[in-house]
Amino acid sequence: MRNSYKVAFLLLLLFLPVLLSAQDDLMNVLNDNKPPVNYTTATFKTTRIVIGQSIENPAQGNMLILITHHFGALNTGYENLFGLKQAYIRLGMEYGITQRLGIGFGLNTEKNTWDGFLKYKILQQKSGGKNFPFTLSLFANTAIYTTKWEHPERKNYTSSRMTYCFQVLMARKFGNWFSLQLTPAMVHKNLVPTSEDHNDIFSLGAGGRIKITKRFSFNAEYHYLFPNQVVSTPAYSSFSMGVDIETGGHVFQIFMTNSMGEYEQAFMANTTGRWSKGDIFLGFNISRIFTIVKPKEFRK
Amino acid sequence: MKKYFALLILALILTAGVRAQAYVTKNGYIRFYSEAPMEKIEGINRQVNVAMLPATGDFVFKVLMKSFNFEKALMQEHFNENYVESDKYPEATFLGKITNIKAINFAKDGSYPAMVEGKLTIHGVTQVVKQNGTITINKDIVSAKAKFTLLLADYKISVPSTVVNNISKSLEITVDAAMEKLNK
Repeated sequence: MRNSYKVAFLLLLLFLPVLLSAQDDLMNVLNDNKPPVNYTTATFKTTRIVIGQSIENPAQGNMLILITHHFGALNTGYENLFGLKQAYIRLGMEYGITQRLGIGFGLNTEKNTWDGFLKYKILQQKSGGKNFPFTLSLFANTAIYTTKWEHPERKNYTSSRMTYCFQVLMARKFGNWFSLQLTPAMVHKNLVPTSEDHNDIFSLGAGGRIKITKRFSFNAEYHYLFPNQVVSTPAYSSFSMGVDIETGGHVFQIFMTNSMGEYEQAFMANTTGRWSKGDIFLGFNISRIFTIVKPKEFRK
Repeated sequence: MKKYFALLILALILTAGVRAQAYVTKNGYIRFYSEAPMEKIEGINRQVNVAMLPATGDFVFKVLMKSFNFEKALMQEHFNENYVESDKYPEATFLGKITNIKAINFAKDGSYPAMVEGKLTIHGVTQVVKQNGTITINKDIVSAKAKFTLLLADYKISVPSTVVNNISKSLEITVDAAMEKLNK
């Protein structure tokens, strides 16, 4: 009798692996492998949150054409069709040299300003096999205006036309629907109007995106300009808000902002409009991605 | 009592045997292909986890969605963000069996037709699937190959009307996994 118990027990043990479902056990064999690193992607839809830089670059081998357009200020009245009669435009091109390094150029109609920049992704938000809470990119640009000298009678230096901007971009994607970015920045102007004006102008920016649907999001962005840096001309903090609309190949961003300027120096250190006074500019960005160099696997 | 322990240990060894007998790979290949009037889309994943147990025919896949590569980076972004929602559903899995496993002689090189049946989960939706493929034995390597069609609607992957000319409603799937014995 006792022997038959033992035999039954043995048989039970023998069939235990089968009872436990070999498929699940087999899946556990696969799960023994270190979980793969899951890099966070698409923190923002495009390289701008609204008017300022996001942490994103075009993917390696991809070119982005970005057309930025701001109308005139709303408070200019019916005579000016609430700003529709004016246009401030930046034609921009960006390219992903590597998955981390991006380069960009732009031509602004404001004082015929050319700008060029580099943006490098140093740290990437990731989860799974390795964890890191946010993405960090560095940005540096140079801008040069090329209209005629305002005072041709005096000695002018080319360097006086040049300004620079440096930014640290830190962003985190929370779940799939919310992204937040902090953007401390410094603008350097080689020439300022008076000795009271600072050459180095600091600002702190914050911006975010709330995804409403897969292809539509609400975005807002604020760049706080620390006081007493720009003294001789009016300069205010920049606030912009708008929406991203994605349609297959294009991203449309439609927004309102108190900044007329479209490159970093212009809106971080030279925003002359105020929301409270109705200096609100309607604007839009249209961006389109083109694949220039395909990944190796897809070259034929 | 000693005998009893011996039996217990034997049983434990047999339990662990699942691992010993399994064929696995981390570098399985899955390609999907969508052909629509306006656009052809191809996604290739070369990091598919596959395991098979010759004794029982159990057969499992684990596919990380973000490991699919595309010709255009934008396709990849749209695939992950808008269609398969990789943040929500990072993996696709298959848990199934080769139902005619007895007909496959793992000791003899050759190509054998294989009938596979099981549960395929993509985008959080599980469907029972039944497909035919081939198992090729070449010395220590067991290769599983299959080609079949999936309907996006079966996995609740919706295609907006604006891109119906760019994305096909059905995908052609190619699977190729060369597996080796786990503990070699």
